Amino acid sequence: MDETPASLRWIGLALLALLLALPSLATLAGDPAWVSLATRMLIYALAAVSLDIILGYGGLACFGHAAFYGIGGYTVAILYRHWQTSEPLFGVIPGSTQFLVVIPAAMLAGGVLAAAIGALSLRTAGVQFLMITLAFAQMLFFLFSSLSQYGGNDGMTVRRRNEFPGLDLRDDTVFYYLVLAILLAALFVAHRLVGSRFGRVLGGIRQNERRMAAIGVQSYRYKLAAFVIAGMGGALAGALMVNQARFVSPDMLFWTKSGEMMIMVILGGAGTLIGPVIGAITLTGLEDLLGRIPGWGEHKLFAIGLLLVLVVLFGRGGLYGWLRRRLR
Amino acid sequence: MATPLLRAIDLVKSFGGLRATDHLSLDVTEGEVHALIGPNGAGKTTAVGQLIGEIRPDAGQIEFAGEDISRLPPPTRVRRGLARSFQISQLLQDYTALDNVALAVQAREGHSFRFWGAVRRDARLRRAAMAHLEETGLAALADQRTADLSHGQQKQLELAIALATKPRLMLLDEPMAGLGPTETQAMTALLRALKGRIAMLLIEHDMETVFALADRVTVLVSGRSIACGPPAAIRDDAAVRQAYLGDGDA
Repeated sequence: MDETPASLRWIGLALLALLLALPSLATLAGDPAWVSLATRMLIYALAAVSLDIILGYGGLACFGHAAFYGIGGYTVAILYRHWQTSEPLFGVIPGSTQFLVVIPAAMLAGGVLAAAIGALSLRTAGVQFLMITLAFAQMLFFLFSSLSQYGGNDGMTVRRRNEFPGLDLRDDTVFYYLVLAILLAALFVAHRLVGSRFGRVLGGIRQNERRMAAIGVQSYRYKLAAFVIAGMGGALAGALMVNQARFVSPDMLFWTKSGEMMIMVILGGAGTLIGPVIGAITLTGLEDLLGRIPGWGEHKLFAIGLLLVLVVLFGRGGLYGWLRRRLR
Repeated sequence: MATPLLRAIDLVKSFGGLRATDHLSLDVTEGEVHALIGPNGAGKTTAVGQLIGEIRPDAGQIEFAGEDISRLPPPTRVRRGLARSFQISQLLQDYTALDNVALAVQAREGHSFRFWGAVRRDARLRRAAMAHLEETGLAALADQRTADLSHGQQKQLELAIALATKPRLMLLDEPMAGLGPTETQAMTALLRALKGRIAMLLIEHDMETVFALADRVTVLVSGRSIACGPPAAIRDDAAVRQAYLGDGDA
């Protein structure tokens, strides 16, 4: 089941080459907007991969991934705001715009939040779990909508990207390559993770929790650890997105965002690492493309819904699963 | 008689108005094969559920190796040496046979908060798992996906996994259920080979197996133990004959 057809490897390498060459291609095509679109695709890919750790590998239908994504985004914005006003957060935490400070802080916030949400919600399963994770994310949505010092409903602008020693992140191309590097690193880490003892236990929990108990495994601990890891990944993606868009708003926390991420995972292929990347690129690309057709703004979601139905009905294992079968 | 390894004392469990376990006491000594028989609906599976910890008894106590385990969750009981096999196979269908066993070996070795090393390249783990597959006659099928194994092979794999937890006692819930005559013979031979080394509480319908393997037999009817003793005595027990063996089920 781990065999990857050789032709698929070549497609993967070609895709990587395309991603590496993309800024130059955009320049050649005279359309620099490609770079920011591609950056968003890669950031969503990161969010989708992290969600897939619990959704696809752990078999936990989490409908609240936006909570972690949003908290990561707000960490960037809040630290920026306190850096700007020179007033420490809670009177003790100084603001910052340093990438190497802000990003770990965002991941820490995501991990802590995931530990709290997971500790409560992982005692349930199935639809109940789905509803509880959704409820927690919505609670955060309303909380941040009411925080007027951070823009409330309207969100707030983050005037500058974080600073990275030796890199000029204001340059979209530099930022794009940084995001690409982070995604590749995250994929490598996730690859090791799912092939490790921990990953094996997680897959066992997905398949049969009763069996895991019968060999002496307390599933709850492992699910919680997976949840924290996914939360950190989601927060990382959110933090990068706020850097990309230079804007944060409660929309990042809204339940439709969780839904979009779930769609990316399922569309691309849950329980694989490449699937969510394909799903994120496809969905983000499609939304952008359909958004360009005049008068299609309304029907955009209809088209995407139709695609999802087709993939779920006919493409066992999502787009990636379909590709694998075609190329075998 | 030696101190019992597993002791159930006066277990009671009711579901609504139905008393599924009615003041049941039984014990399994070190190395013993103790069979639990009874007609359908006698409460055998409910009894096993309480011993393994999936069902909490309304009253009574369960001791393992001299300690009260009544309140311990199933995984903790397993780690203390109380393994079980399922009547209806509960296997990890997407994994290979070897992976199923390797996971049990891995769990026995302690926590699995190891996030980096590739488990498939862990030769020692695979060797240990392979040994259990050889023991149960599944070595040739190590790399088969579990979902592709036959019913009988899945039953054998259940046993291999239970063995991989290094149990002192195995609760075997109908290991012969659904097996053909040849497979039943093979399974009986397998259990006989393990006899003496690992204590077993054998829940079984197949009387031939029970009388071939068991040191003692407890007969359960309506949640209550109506007889307990060596197979020969049970066979001749009038009450048992009337309640169970006489009705043609055997």
